[in-house]
Amino acid sequence: MKTFPMGGVHPNDNKLAKNEAFEVFPLPKQATIFMGQHLGAPATPAVQKGDKVKVGQLIGKAEAFMCANIHSPFSGTVNKVDMVADITGYKKTAVVIDVEGDEWMEGIDTSSELKTEITLSKQEIINRMKECGIVGLGGACFPTHIKYMLKPEQKVDYLLINAAECEPYITTDYRLLMEKADECIIGIQALQKASDAAHVCIGIESNKPDAVALLKEKTKNIPGIEVYMLKTKYPQGAEKQLIKSITGREVPSGKLPIDAGCIVNNLTTAHAVYEAVQKNKPLVEIYTTVSGKNLEHRHNFQIRIGTPLQDIYETVGIPENTGKIISGGPMMGKAMTNPNAFIVKGMSSILFMDESESKRGKALNCIRCGKCVQACPMGLEPYKLQAFSEAARYDDCEKYGIMNCLECGCCQFTCPAYRPLLDWLRIAKTKTGAIIRARKK
Amino acid sequence: MIVLLSAAILLKAVGVLAAIGVLAAIVLFFISKKFHVEEDPRIDQIVELLPGANCGGCGYAGCKNLAETMIQRGTMEGCTCPSNTKEKNQQIAAILGTEAADSTPMVAIVRCQGNCENAPAKVNYDGTTSCFLANSIFSGENFCPNGCLGCGDCTKACNFGAITIDPATQLPFVDETQCVGCGACAKTCPRGVIEIRPKGLKDRRVYVACNNKEKGAVAMKNCKASCIGCGKCTKVCKFEAITVENNLAHIDPAKCKMCRLCVKECPKGAIVAVNFPAPKPVEAPVEKPVEKTAETISATVK
Repeated sequence: MKTFPMGGVHPNDNKLAKNEAFEVFPLPKQATIFMGQHLGAPATPAVQKGDKVKVGQLIGKAEAFMCANIHSPFSGTVNKVDMVADITGYKKTAVVIDVEGDEWMEGIDTSSELKTEITLSKQEIINRMKECGIVGLGGACFPTHIKYMLKPEQKVDYLLINAAECEPYITTDYRLLMEKADECIIGIQALQKASDAAHVCIGIESNKPDAVALLKEKTKNIPGIEVYMLKTKYPQGAEKQLIKSITGREVPSGKLPIDAGCIVNNLTTAHAVYEAVQKNKPLVEIYTTVSGKNLEHRHNFQIRIGTPLQDIYETVGIPENTGKIISGGPMMGKAMTNPNAFIVKGMSSILFMDESESKRGKALNCIRCGKCVQACPMGLEPYKLQAFSEAARYDDCEKYGIMNCLECGCCQFTCPAYRPLLDWLRIAKTKTGAIIRARKK
Repeated sequence: MIVLLSAAILLKAVGVLAAIGVLAAIVLFFISKKFHVEEDPRIDQIVELLPGANCGGCGYAGCKNLAETMIQRGTMEGCTCPSNTKEKNQQIAAILGTEAADSTPMVAIVRCQGNCENAPAKVNYDGTTSCFLANSIFSGENFCPNGCLGCGDCTKACNFGAITIDPATQLPFVDETQCVGCGACAKTCPRGVIEIRPKGLKDRRVYVACNNKEKGAVAMKNCKASCIGCGKCTKVCKFEAITVENNLAHIDPAKCKMCRLCVKECPKGAIVAVNFPAPKPVEAPVEKPVEKTAETISATVK
């Protein structure tokens, strides 16, 4: 069983929705699709008020380099293009659609038939990913095609498929493996073709032994694809940690995985790539886990982007003493300021935390126990960085490697004095990053 | 015998030390002559006349740096201390041999009235008290994306102890007697809530105490005291001092004659007049805040 050598924590994995099969979530009456659902610049709206749209029609065009296309997940009429509050409460450009039905664009294969043969060439696959607005569905929403736009001197040795799912509660990767493993494998093969990688490694945490067994069985006769069981440890699914665990390589500080000859993609992304490459289906649908300790029935939904979260609350019912609703996993996800937002591409789960779970403990003095140093998967000294950050000593922060921080939250999770380490590390990372960028100019 | 010996040792030691001292003094004397740097004596004179807080409000790295720049340029245009008094500025100008730059005393104003009553919190933030962090995470406890977050980055930025967070309102309170208008707080505020304005005649000022840039209907939902950009104040103003931009009114301090017609006209109470004598028929609003502070003080004591 492989793992990364340094740091990590063991939160209770709480995979409560493990045995809930995917349910297709009903279409809403009105949907709001944000133009900025990915890392980088938001897309430019390509429709106007009153336009008729079909499912899969381009409604947000990627104009910047770091950007992804947005497609309509519904057929209907554009109600307005306006600023709408997202989960942070800030207003972002969005297209509001009055949903009238589920009529797809021509040329999109909506059948559930498995298409095994990959007919597209390498460049066509990359172009298709770009056209279909595929982004990394692990949470960061990095536009996937950019990872495959390599310089001539760059060579991919390993294509890593991240199915570790180290965040507690989330079960979408597991469900995808159990229900749609064949589709995922074809998606992985398409990614392999796009990257020319010699080795494909799929990493799965040891708390999902049945998924590992199933995938090993299915990939038995496919050369080049290997399945690895990884130790259940957070953040096993973080890019750099996954590379270290499986290949033993280290991504140099401030560099990308490609500099270590690796590309990392999430399993859910691979499934989206299958749909884009084989079925010409843009990314209009995501898989999301709705879970929480106090929730009576947990669900794994197959849901269109732009669906109001209000509809989900009505379906599952908000538990009584909910203190916090989180979008994403409990470790790296965001607590929703505005719970009446809408589904976006990166929303891999919606969690209801009860009041006792959602309150922070009172921060006490640092006792120099060094637990945060032990927990840090990047080998940093969070207690020291926190003190530097509080004193606005950003030059020292840089010296002590703040820019390597993953913001995984292991330090704050493990701190026995409940110190807000991650908060201060985030401040230091943002400010130090700005100083470094200004220096380069 | 022992006494004699120790006296001899003592004398020897004193002699050696004295010799080293004289030698070092001679060496130092020649070195100081050889490597003497001619520094403009006016720099020290000007530094004496500056406040010496090294607040950075002038845009230079401390008071000495400012003094050096003044000497280099030979003028006070564009490099004045915003917090210096008029008399001292005139003295500096005399040293420089130029006219004193026109320095109107400035003061920081907080353009937000989103207290617990006007803009009740809808969510609870329990992260680190840093406006910078809070601003990057969410739009605010009351959902206003332009209002004060109340985490007090401005209080930490102030070198004069002039800003404190008022426990009753959870908004910054500027102590006018301490504030020198250096602008350190305004630079720190991630949302630009704090504005540096002329102190005004007899310290009287009329300003829009809101930073909202959203449409009126949205702003009204978040806060009872927000400017909604209705433009009533622009119509009532006889001096064309008020402009509305991005749904937010702004009063030009140079044009404002402090007639206070806009204060009465504003339907939301977003325009504030400070340091004016109380109106003659005494009304309730004067008494209310006093009661409230008394309550909160007793609450904190408990």
